[in-house]
Amino acid sequence: MNKNILLCGVGGQGIVLTSKLIAAASMAKNIPVMSAETIGMAQKGGSVFSFLKTGENLYCPMFSEGTADLIIGFEPAEAVRMLPYLKADGTVIVNSHPIMPVTAALNGGTYNGGEMIDYLKANVKNIFVLDGDEVCRKIGSPKVLNMVMLGAAIKSGCLPFTLDEIKETVQKTVNPKFYELNCKALDEAEKLF
Amino acid sequence: MHTEFLMGNAAIAMGAVAAGLNLISGYPGTPSTEVLETTAKKNTGNIYVEWSVNEKAALELAAGAAYSGARTMVTMKQVGLNVASDPLMSLAYVGVKGGMVIMVADDPGPISSQTEQDTRHFAAFSKLPCFDPSSVQEAYDMIGDAFEYSEKYHTPVLFRPTTRVCHGYASINVKDIEEYLVNTPEGFIKDSSKWVIFPRLSYNNHIKIEQRNEELSDVFSQYDKNIIIPATDNSCKKGIATHGISYSYVMEALSGQNAPRIMKVATPFPFPEKLAVEFLSGLDEVLCIEELDPVIEKELTYICGKYGLSVKIRGKLTHDVKPAGENSCKSVSENLSAFSGLVPTKSVERATPPQLPVRPPVLCAGCPHRASFFAVKEAMKGKKTAFCGDIGCYTLGNAMPLDMVDTCLCMGAGVNITQGIGKIEPDTTCFAFVGDSTFFASAITGVVNAVYNQADMTLIVLDNSTTAMTGHQPHPGTGRTMMGEIVEKVDIEAVLHGIGVKTVETVNPLELSKAVDCVKRVSSEKGVKAIIFRSPCAVLIKPSTPVIVDENKCVQCKKCINSLGCPGIVLEEGKVCIEQSLCTGCGLCKQVCPTKAIMGGERDE
Ligand code: SF4
Ligand code: SF4
Repeated sequence: MNKNILLCGVGGQGIVLTSKLIAAASMAKNIPVMSAETIGMAQKGGSVFSFLKTGENLYCPMFSEGTADLIIGFEPAEAVRMLPYLKADGTVIVNSHPIMPVTAALNGGTYNGGEMIDYLKANVKNIFVLDGDEVCRKIGSPKVLNMVMLGAAIKSGCLPFTLDEIKETVQKTVNPKFYELNCKALDEAEKLF
Repeated sequence: MHTEFLMGNAAIAMGAVAAGLNLISGYPGTPSTEVLETTAKKNTGNIYVEWSVNEKAALELAAGAAYSGARTMVTMKQVGLNVASDPLMSLAYVGVKGGMVIMVADDPGPISSQTEQDTRHFAAFSKLPCFDPSSVQEAYDMIGDAFEYSEKYHTPVLFRPTTRVCHGYASINVKDIEEYLVNTPEGFIKDSSKWVIFPRLSYNNHIKIEQRNEELSDVFSQYDKNIIIPATDNSCKKGIATHGISYSYVMEALSGQNAPRIMKVATPFPFPEKLAVEFLSGLDEVLCIEELDPVIEKELTYICGKYGLSVKIRGKLTHDVKPAGENSCKSVSENLSAFSGLVPTKSVERATPPQLPVRPPVLCAGCPHRASFFAVKEAMKGKKTAFCGDIGCYTLGNAMPLDMVDTCLCMGAGVNITQGIGKIEPDTTCFAFVGDSTFFASAITGVVNAVYNQADMTLIVLDNSTTAMTGHQPHPGTGRTMMGEIVEKVDIEAVLHGIGVKTVETVNPLELSKAVDCVKRVSSEKGVKAIIFRSPCAVLIKPSTPVIVDENKCVQCKKCINSLGCPGIVLEEGKVCIEQSLCTGCGLCKQVCPTKAIMGGERDE
């Protein structure tokens, strides 16, 4: 079955790598895949997204508003920003830890992510909120946020592969030095819900 | 054949390598950069790869190699072709021996460019054949075709993808190494009647070019990537003409629905006229869905006139499609529903979201450009100044609170613009800021102009030893080439001295008070003088330990935030603190804080 997946967050959170892993794991199962992401100037502290499509008869990686099966939000406000893309019965997985924009510090802004999470909870039926920062701390590395988000997404059942299958992909494509740590993060995320 | 998950630009590179590429050159520019980089990575060992000093140099190099029978490709973004347009226009008359593909990436939006120019016009203007791929797979396949046509017709050809094709990823079918073509160049054979452009040759070749393009129009009408897809319902009198990524949006929107007749134009020049006539016949109305300029729309309108067809051609010129910006799945499905009653996907009704934080792009934490801009700002406080900026990461110096870019036009322009301002307002202290890569690409002639014409200005070279904006490509000042050689660096100081700039000072901008003094001293001299702010790009060096704020000393004056705007300095519950995951320990904020409340960073140890 075709899936439309949207990953979003802020530059530097590992969104592009996560999207690559989903693509590689899909390809390992002979499922065609396309993706498109933010590249260039906007990456510098800006909003970053990755559109990903899996399945048959794909023409382009982007999709219309109201058609995403799954949104993986690495940051609360970014998940809200991309929410128009979600299907009526789509799933959202969101990290509750906010990232302050520079402009917020300049204007003495008070953004803290809380009202974004409240909004998501009020407007999305299938929602999974996790504190990515806390999970990372538990695992002992701030660099595994993307694995935590990926593990949670697999648990939601919206991705066309299993935890073991993604581990296999991670083993093949990511630096072996971090294999154990990444697996730990994936397992930890699975236990969350 | 096997399947690989590739970025469009990587697919273009792999397609070219499979077509027997011998040489590739280019100048970095989003969204074109990854083509050359991928070629360097996938180099079979037989390909010469070079980042040239600018697009003009790159195109001329590729032309020379193609004169020698090599298969060559030159890569750039759309505004790069403006720089390379001089050799392009003449080369079109002279032609080539080996296949030569000029890969120019257009950027509808624009997403990361100064203009929304359409390279399809450059194709018609220079009379060169042009290929316009609609997907990653097609880009891979088409690049091989481009080489074939180029070689067969002895002409360079343009290959024009747009951002969404360049940067889209797809699992596509690619050739195995055993299937790659190998091209062995014959070498350059002297023939001045062929390779030396003279008015007589241009006249004769102009006639041949017009004949060739008429022939190509027919050939392209048979080309398997220019296609007509029949309507689902035969009696439908409407048609859609489209191209590139917009074709994919159209197909996506129409899948599972009643579709009108569709024409996809893969070669906008020479336009496949016969195919277009076949497409138009029997139709009442056609909607052209294009990005950038209404090229297909004008061609079809012309063809209707020429053949006396009474088909109403609609699109941008009739205000049915928006005139600027990129198309999207959404905009195309709205165009289609207005034109042919397609049912668009409904958006989901949800409550209005809370106000979202804006995230404009900013200079990275620890970026030395921030220090450079701040030093000049401090030194020039209260003076009448002009700060002429240029193209690169440092364009972001325009953002608050730095606000240090008064003008930005195109590569290298700031050096000359600041001279112009100075000639009209001599009481203004005039600065030009230029990055190291931009300096080599197109600012040196501007400095020569300033010295010769007695300008009064200060050139600031922001030397971070890389081409950071496009992803850290080497350039003449870095001492590395794309072939992996370590070479002698072209020395910016020596270049400036050689031109006749007498005062050239080099200073580390992160040593703030020294930098401020240097700006005060140098800018007060008459004539053309230069400061080189030298400090490596923050992304390329190992960060120092992050700084911290001593809560007992901090008086919450917020001077650090309000003068620097470093993303590493944040407010937590109203109090200034340092985001440890971002701070590189550059130490700039320490030097700005009036109470010395910021501590740490490696420099202390
Ligand atoms: S030391 Fe200060 S200015 Fe430098 S990166 Fe850290 S917070 Fe930013
Ligand atoms: S400049 Fe110093 S005293 Fe003022 S808010 Fe920043 S850290 Fe505190």
